[in-house]
Amino acid sequence: MANIKTSEKKSKAQSMGMHTEVLTGRTQQKFFNPDEAENFYYFGTYDVDFNKRTDLDVMNMSAPEANKEIDNLMSQGYGTIVIKNPQGKHSLGVGILNKLNLIFEGSLGYFGMGSCDGPIVRINGRVGWSCAENLMAGKVVIEKNAGSCFGAAIRGGDLICKGSVGARTGIDMKGGTIIIGGDAGAFTGFMMQRGRIIILGDVGINLGDSMYDGTIFVGGEIGSYGSDAVDAELTSSDQDWLRRKLKVAEIGEDFDVSKMKKIVAGKKLWNYDNLEPTEKKGAI
Amino acid sequence: MCGIAGLIHRGKSSNVGSELQGMLQALKHRGEDSTGYALYGDTDGKNFIMRFKVGENVGEGSSSVMEDVSVYDERKKIVDQTLSEMGAKIIKEERTLPYSLRYEVDYETKDLLDFSQRIESIPGVEILSMGKSLEVIKDLGNAKMVCDRYSLDKLVGTHAIGHARMATESGVDIKSAHPFWGYPFSDVSVVHNGQLTNYWNNRRVLENKGMRFMSECDSELIAVYIAQKMREGASLEEGMKDSLTGLDGVFTYFVATKDSLGMAKDTMAAKPLVLYESDDLVAMGSEEIAIRSVLPHEIDTYDPFDGEVKVWQI
Repeated sequence: MANIKTSEKKSKAQSMGMHTEVLTGRTQQKFFNPDEAENFYYFGTYDVDFNKRTDLDVMNMSAPEANKEIDNLMSQGYGTIVIKNPQGKHSLGVGILNKLNLIFEGSLGYFGMGSCDGPIVRINGRVGWSCAENLMAGKVVIEKNAGSCFGAAIRGGDLICKGSVGARTGIDMKGGTIIIGGDAGAFTGFMMQRGRIIILGDVGINLGDSMYDGTIFVGGEIGSYGSDAVDAELTSSDQDWLRRKLKVAEIGEDFDVSKMKKIVAGKKLWNYDNLEPTEKKGAI
Repeated sequence: MCGIAGLIHRGKSSNVGSELQGMLQALKHRGEDSTGYALYGDTDGKNFIMRFKVGENVGEGSSSVMEDVSVYDERKKIVDQTLSEMGAKIIKEERTLPYSLRYEVDYETKDLLDFSQRIESIPGVEILSMGKSLEVIKDLGNAKMVCDRYSLDKLVGTHAIGHARMATESGVDIKSAHPFWGYPFSDVSVVHNGQLTNYWNNRRVLENKGMRFMSECDSELIAVYIAQKMREGASLEEGMKDSLTGLDGVFTYFVATKDSLGMAKDTMAAKPLVLYESDDLVAMGSEEIAIRSVLPHEIDTYDPFDGEVKVWQI
């Protein structure tokens, strides 16, 4: 088989703007340069004042209407918004790319707080499936229970549920931290790639199934391990980090972290090579 | 997708027809090809209530064939004659729609297998439910449309389960709509959200044991499967626990009997369910908004875990 690095196909791929890089199992990171701040514009963001507070009753609003009104209030500089009567509606608070104190006085349905980047959110109720999916940054605290796919594919931020969560928590997560005060369902950490999950209670079957990377800490019983999920040594720095994180999360401050189990990827399923998919296509 | 909802009042009766309509209407975005209700009303318990159809509602997307009302009349006559031959006396008769009927029947024999087989041997006739308390009502359209069509909003009882259907693997017709009666057991009904992948294997086995299937809807298998387990002596809860391994696929389903309501969730927990439980009421649905339609104030709800089975008594 020809070496792709020296072949004409490689040159052709590069001339098309493609490039070759060695995948290390870590995602690419793009850092913000303060010197270029004036050229930087982040769509959908506003200057808000956290001391400027207002209530929003969404009882008779649809989800799009409520989300538009939240955006409208941010554009007026409101930095603290209290949502009244969310009534389990779906897709509330999605797509907020702003610093914002957002408080829900009640429960949310599916996809609450999805695709957000930056807000600090407290939900005084329960959340349905896929809460905070794709969270980039910020903090979301749920005072009660959460449904399945909690924190699916998050890339950053802290996602905290003080109660129990359903199945597939942290599925496909790529960063950030998920903290569960109660129990978690089956397939927790399924295919996670980075980030950390902390569960103070018990967890269901197939924990960490097919995880690529990342770390899961469990305080209670484990139903069963998923494929390629293995135990690892809980170090003193792990324990320091856990204590600090639980304190910041206002959850389980007195929990004995020294008895927690640490689960990581065994990396026996890793099968990476040096080619990006586009280059593979070009090489075929 | 489909949505399911159910509720049980413990120690009292309520307007379960109206309550379930609100819950199912809140789930109509999960499917409104058809909607079905299994309502457990307050009765004196003396007579059987037989809900049956003598034809189909042929709406847009239906896989059934339009028939003349005179055909329905003829089938009804044969049903009446068959009931008479079996010694069943019609106490009260209601013809809600040309194809849908409700009889109160005085019938002493408890063997509903023979009874049902004789009634359903009449072409085009299907018993939707048979019980001393249970009434299954299902038709095309969303929850409100079906509720209005059959005047269900005033029905008082202890518990109910229902289904808002998006047809995926079988036709848009009444026979494929949920709930399914747990034939041949009196007062047993089932609704299901999910897909069963070993439907045909199980169906062949159950048909060889004398059980009947009226549709090709995979969900019907659950009703028949549980009924067969109960025929073999299992309790409702035992039958439901057995189904977690006997049925393959993804599912969340509810089963109701005359005095109980149960839920089961597959071991993958792939289908949603939100549950509210208090001393006097249990309400559950595919989404929290269904529960909110009967409990608008702030409540504590949770998702049952994978492989969980729960049964509540009235």
